[in-house]
Amino acid sequence: MPDGFEFPVDRTQVMLFARSLGDIRPEYSDPNDPATKAVGGIVVPPTFVQCSAHWQPDYPLDITRPRKGPPPAHRGDGPGGGGLGRGLHAEQHYEYHQPVHAGDTLWVTTRPGNRWEKQGRRGGKLIFSESITEYRNQDGVLCVTATSVGVQTERAVDQ
Amino acid sequence: MTLKAGDTHEAVVVENIQRTHIVKYAGASGDFNPLHHDDTLANKLGGYPTVFAHGMLSMGLTGRMLTDWLGPTALKKFGVRFTKQVWPGDTLTAKAEVTEVKGGLATIKVVTVNQDGESVVEGEAIAAV
Repeated sequence: MPDGFEFPVDRTQVMLFARSLGDIRPEYSDPNDPATKAVGGIVVPPTFVQCSAHWQPDYPLDITRPRKGPPPAHRGDGPGGGGLGRGLHAEQHYEYHQPVHAGDTLWVTTRPGNRWEKQGRRGGKLIFSESITEYRNQDGVLCVTATSVGVQTERAVDQ
Repeated sequence: MTLKAGDTHEAVVVENIQRTHIVKYAGASGDFNPLHHDDTLANKLGGYPTVFAHGMLSMGLTGRMLTDWLGPTALKKFGVRFTKQVWPGDTLTAKAEVTEVKGGLATIKVVTVNQDGESVVEGEAIAAV
């Protein structure tokens, strides 16, 4: 995994992401709305940094992305948290340090966190792994810390 | 916004969620895991009866309930566990309850339930108030 990658926060992406959550508040799309001006320009929904997946070079959950080489194997520890098939996203946590605005360029770094195992309710081992992703803006200011917990199961989850 | 322990808020965040909702989230977020848009692969890869929504879509919808209530810049922390899958046709209601207010920060218990009252997302948020 590279040390990090750039994630430009584009106004159109913010609008598209907000729409996908059914969110029409003006702070996510209209720079001229008084509400947007009151928060210093377009801001982003609480889970918006997930969109960094589009810019993550080795993002595993986009197997049809055009690439020069083969798609990366899924390791269950990327910012997406879950995985193909038996992998699932168990938990997601965010800490918001500074607002992210459209026009910012975030620098994204991810490191592994804790790993632990648990016996599943229907038998089979559950393997949990954390990954911690930090989003820093163009001034080097830490804006968001995201902790994703993925779980790999030995069989399909039929909850 | 003035909040006190015991205050509650809730909102229906999606009614009768469609595959189109899920696909729109996939396109916006970049998460193209086929479990969320390809019924055939959802069955073959994971043994699931159909596709199901991204956990992050449920979390995002839950976040919308919070920002509609508290504004888009109030959250300091927001974390959830994904407790049940969301299937096409589900209707989700996101609920919040303030458990403590101290030093200008409100701790808010969050749960989102489906039409059968089963929780799909459970967690906590901290908001500046």
